[in-house]
Amino acid sequence: MEWRRRHVLGLSDFHPEEMEFVIDTARSMEEVVSRDIKKVPALRGKTVVNLFFEASTRTRTSFEMAGKRLSADVVNFSAASSSVTKGETLLDTARNIEAMKPNILVVRHSASGAALFLSRHVSCSIINAGDGSNEHPSQGLLDLYTILKVKGKIAGLKVAIVGDILHSRVVRSDLHSLGRMGAKLWLCGPATLVPREMERTGAVVTSDIREAVRGADVIIMLRIQLERQKTSYFPSLREYSRKFGLNREVFSLAKEDAVIMHPGPINRGVELSDELADCDRSLVLRQVESGVAVRMALLYLLAGGSHAAH
Amino acid sequence: MKKIGIKTLLDGKGVDRVLSRLTHEIIEKNKGAGEVVLVGIASGGIPLSQVIRRKIQVIEGMDVPTGFVDITLYRDDLARAGYQAPMKRTEIPFSIDEKKVILVDDVLYTGRTIRAAMDALIDFGRPRNIQLAVLIDRGHRELPIRADFVGRNVPTSRSETVLVRVEGAPEEWTVLLREDPPGKGE
Repeated sequence: MEWRRRHVLGLSDFHPEEMEFVIDTARSMEEVVSRDIKKVPALRGKTVVNLFFEASTRTRTSFEMAGKRLSADVVNFSAASSSVTKGETLLDTARNIEAMKPNILVVRHSASGAALFLSRHVSCSIINAGDGSNEHPSQGLLDLYTILKVKGKIAGLKVAIVGDILHSRVVRSDLHSLGRMGAKLWLCGPATLVPREMERTGAVVTSDIREAVRGADVIIMLRIQLERQKTSYFPSLREYSRKFGLNREVFSLAKEDAVIMHPGPINRGVELSDELADCDRSLVLRQVESGVAVRMALLYLLAGGSHAAH
Repeated sequence: MKKIGIKTLLDGKGVDRVLSRLTHEIIEKNKGAGEVVLVGIASGGIPLSQVIRRKIQVIEGMDVPTGFVDITLYRDDLARAGYQAPMKRTEIPFSIDEKKVILVDDVLYTGRTIRAAMDALIDFGRPRNIQLAVLIDRGHRELPIRADFVGRNVPTSRSETVLVRVEGAPEEWTVLLREDPPGKGE
């Protein structure tokens, strides 16, 4: 296969073949990261701008590290310290940055579709690092990669995703990545946070965590986004934790070799008990590790290609 | 359509003889195989480095560490290819510090691949020296690089391609020279 994609806006139009291509490239990147000198000159002279309109430390740092290990110049632009607080529009901000001739813009924004919108108005490559409740493609790919590393395959695995399905962009990207590679997906959460339409994706929807976890190979716990809970979707955090939190007793219903994942940051004691968050079946830190490799792969793939040769 | 000319430069026996001589030269120049490590350049240099490793085993009775390097991330023409081709792996599971590293490739052409491979090697350590062994030297260098061990010097034109196959049984090994149709090639 040859890579000719110019932007990575979401996984909804990714073929399985393309996802495998990214994963293969990520494997090579992981070898680079395992060396004493963790830097290669592939993106020398390229500029990557992290354009983050929403708070994020993990994803931004991951992209920053990925870019630096490929020798790109990485510039961080965060909304809190920018003219956005002075009323500048998204497009104006992006055009101003574009005028400084970056090669790749990594964008996070609270509005769904922000990355797609920018891709139509600027000439550089765009990577969507999370747009509202739409997609978070690099997370979808790193989840895929992490499971592949541990389980060796995706097809036929039962994957339970538990939590705030309604607002989660991770779920939408995971549905495309894991779903398209043949996983059986179960979505679980309070009825107010699991849209029924999700059944149309082929996933099974339930409000019973035991049913979702029973016989599962992989359990992905989502973060309850405390900052998005201004409207009450459930009576109290304590009740949420009791009904939808993962503890040892519920986890024992899963397959013997089941693993736990979480996109982070974890609300300890809410969706995941301390004990499980730190146990040897928790892949949380391996996800972070895979994240850098996958993002190196995406940056590398976008920085080459015909569109990059001006 | 114009007929494409293909000429056989070496057959299986020829390749085997050439590699035997190269191996003897490597051993002679390094006064044995101690401190020698082999690194094949992906993908054409990998099977060659394995053959040389086996021949050293027969001649010197020792197994020299052998790895391989993918130079994709060290290329100087990243954005020129028009697309991104799949990457191979790099695997050098031993220290190259103070070792005599023999870089092995199938065809020496512009020298740019070798430049990239040397940059990659330096990221893995500080070898005592780096030597270059190639099966075919076809000329047209664009960098000041030369091989220490050359199987065959083959004068070529830029519109030709050298095809090396050193996989499977030795009888199946071949080196072909193909004249490319106009418009293709470099």
